Amino acid sequence: MMAGVGGGNDFQWCFSQVKGAIDEDVAEGKHILPLKQRKACPTGPTSSRYPCAVSEGALGSIQRSVIEALQGVWEYRCASDIISTVEFNYSGELLATGDKGGRVVIFQREQESKNRLLSRGEYNVYSTFQSHEPEFDYLKSLEIEEKINKIRWLPQQNAAHFLLSANDKTIKLWKISERDKRAEGYNLKDEDGRLRDPFRITTLRVPVLMPMDLMVEASPRRIFANAHTYHINSISVNSDYETYLSADDLRINLWHLEITDRSFNIVDIKPANMEELTEVITAAECHPHQCNVFVYSSSKGTIRLCDMRAAALCDRHSKFFEEPEDPSSRSFFSEIISSISDVKFSHSGRYMMTRDYLSVKVWDLNMENRPVETYQVHEYLRSKLCSLYENDCIFDKFECCWNGSDSAIMTGSYNNFFRMFDRNTRRDITLEASRENSKPRAMLKPRKVCTGGKRKKDEISVDSLDFNKKILHTAWHPKENVIAVAATNNLYIFQDKIN
Amino acid sequence: MASIFVVSAERFIPLFPRLACQGVLLGCHPCFRLNMFSKGTKRKFSDGDEEISDESLVGARVASSYSLQRQSLLDMSLIKLQLCHMLVEPNLCRSVLIANTVRQIQEEMTHDGSWHMVAEAFCSAGQSPSERLVATEVLCRSREQDAEPKLFSVISYEGCREEEVVADETLCSVSVSDTVSNVCLAGRIGQCWEKSELSGVERDEEALEDSRLGSGEDEEIDTKDRASTESPKTIGQVFGTFEIKNGSPGPDSALEELFSDVDTSYYDLDTMLTGMQSAPKMGPYDILDSLAPSHSSPSIVSTPNCRSDLNELDHIMEIIVGS
Repeated sequence: MMAGVGGGNDFQWCFSQVKGAIDEDVAEGKHILPLKQRKACPTGPTSSRYPCAVSEGALGSIQRSVIEALQGVWEYRCASDIISTVEFNYSGELLATGDKGGRVVIFQREQESKNRLLSRGEYNVYSTFQSHEPEFDYLKSLEIEEKINKIRWLPQQNAAHFLLSANDKTIKLWKISERDKRAEGYNLKDEDGRLRDPFRITTLRVPVLMPMDLMVEASPRRIFANAHTYHINSISVNSDYETYLSADDLRINLWHLEITDRSFNIVDIKPANMEELTEVITAAECHPHQCNVFVYSSSKGTIRLCDMRAAALCDRHSKFFEEPEDPSSRSFFSEIISSISDVKFSHSGRYMMTRDYLSVKVWDLNMENRPVETYQVHEYLRSKLCSLYENDCIFDKFECCWNGSDSAIMTGSYNNFFRMFDRNTRRDITLEASRENSKPRAMLKPRKVCTGGKRKKDEISVDSLDFNKKILHTAWHPKENVIAVAATNNLYIFQDKIN
Repeated sequence: MASIFVVSAERFIPLFPRLACQGVLLGCHPCFRLNMFSKGTKRKFSDGDEEISDESLVGARVASSYSLQRQSLLDMSLIKLQLCHMLVEPNLCRSVLIANTVRQIQEEMTHDGSWHMVAEAFCSAGQSPSERLVATEVLCRSREQDAEPKLFSVISYEGCREEEVVADETLCSVSVSDTVSNVCLAGRIGQCWEKSELSGVERDEEALEDSRLGSGEDEEIDTKDRASTESPKTIGQVFGTFEIKNGSPGPDSALEELFSDVDTSYYDLDTMLTGMQSAPKMGPYDILDSLAPSHSSPSIVSTPNCRSDLNELDHIMEIIVGS
């Protein structure tokens, strides 16, 4: 339920931070002190179902108003660091990004200072490490890209943080731990590390822990390799926190986090004769609460829900979700645009959301024959499908995400636009992630695409859209109205602000 | 590559070569043309090969615009299937979706009865078989609407994904030892027959035979008949035909098909016309020699005739040279 339409309780989305290179040139690392101006954000009513720190209501007012923007311009990175995945951890304190160069960058939210009550911290770089290296498959004479396809956090169980990162073939479990103390006064070592001659030691002392600059270390704890013939497109941690699944184009494997030399194949849709292949797996996810249930989507626009208790090999689905095709809108591209690029369970576990090329659909797990909600992301592209097929844009795989309370959903589009839909009020908003809106006091205003002949002021026509600027990866903070949007090689962080 | 499109397109729809060219793109271009496809409406395929008078030009254009767009979509899809980055494994999902689109178009074109036009255009290309043999490399990389589905099925599914290593260059080389390339060519040639078969016009096929090869050798028609009797009757099974051919015992049958029709003409071209046979061109004959004892197909029966002529020529050459 959206927090009051009027009365000063409206939310506005405002720019918070952007990470990444400003232009295409490689630049040195720079740190510009951000201009900060914070206001207290009073909390609104919290939901009884999903306790949140802030009010529910994901969408801001559509009215234009001056919005104060917080700006943080961080280090520049190489232009080839195209962000390929974005993921908040379970608490929202950490934000991980993976890029095309196999690197993982983790941002941490700075602690909210006491005198600025309830203000939101900024995200600063916490750790950077090289997760995957390019490999060469000698048998097939083909390169294996180091691009990180997916990152999934594990729930935190001790002081360290764990995440899974996957490229096309290999999944790695990384441990990110902090070290802010070091021991001094070893008996067997000098201060500079040289070994002492044992015979020269005349006294013993107890080493003392001295504080040191915080060091964040990332170390690979498990490497899950050689289980996928095809390209991994999804990984999902199970709710038992012991197992996880990994899905490629034709198979889904179930792993135990502790065991790397074995995995169970639970779905296999590879036909005996590859000539008959007409459908591939595009995404898979574990149910957030039921550890025996998972879903996977296909390139034909279908979703299958499987129960691992039914059989060891879950080729036979328990539920089959497909919306009947509208025969009047059938074209040669119907199948391609029906291909599902992402599937996400709601936090409640009762719904799931799928993203196909032109729309986002919300499904009730209890109803298989059609979705309960359909949202058009960029319907104006329907008449451009042939051109989009020509330049391969029709194969772009957009992701989608829920907010913490499942009241809103978000997905990306072209021209660095991203769209948010409020499920309760049925309102939607189009925003743009661009440098022009990244200045302090910049107006973050809703964007509109003009489909008809007459273009109003501030509208952008369909033909002017930049199809090279696509937002494929977005993430929503699990508890607050903070979103991370990956625009090619820049990461934008937006927060809401109550006027 | 572009030139081949032009040639075929002109042959297919001679009056609208430009439109056909516009429909074809190589690689990715960020250009956006409003290229509307009529949704769900089927238009009768108008015979573009016939001359159309100026008065009915507009009518013909409207009637054939759908088929033109459909054809250009087919061309585009076939290019996409071939233009994969061989350094990294291409995206299987994308390949599957494009292949499904190609299938869909072919099914519709079969329904319309317009698929036989495509086959005719290809088979009556007038290229001599040796040219086609030489042009195999280009064909492997270019739009070749008959063969592409088979090539694709070889490259993208079986070749790239599985344990066998199939590089694109392999397919383009006409080496006898390479089963894949042989099958690919066999598929290309065989599919020509199949497409003709599917049109259900026997006479056309024989006419095609004669026009293409310039001679009515029995073995050609026999080969075609054999291929046509083997071939499935529906477009949908075309993708599986490769598998059927491949499944036949050993690579010999594929080699046999490969060289059964091409070989004789090759011989015709090079030996009859020029009267000379150099050493490298002995290759096919060597293979046929090895196949002769194990096959009794009509194509092989004709081989001894070729070989005797060849021996005779060699003998004459030796006399002339005096070696």
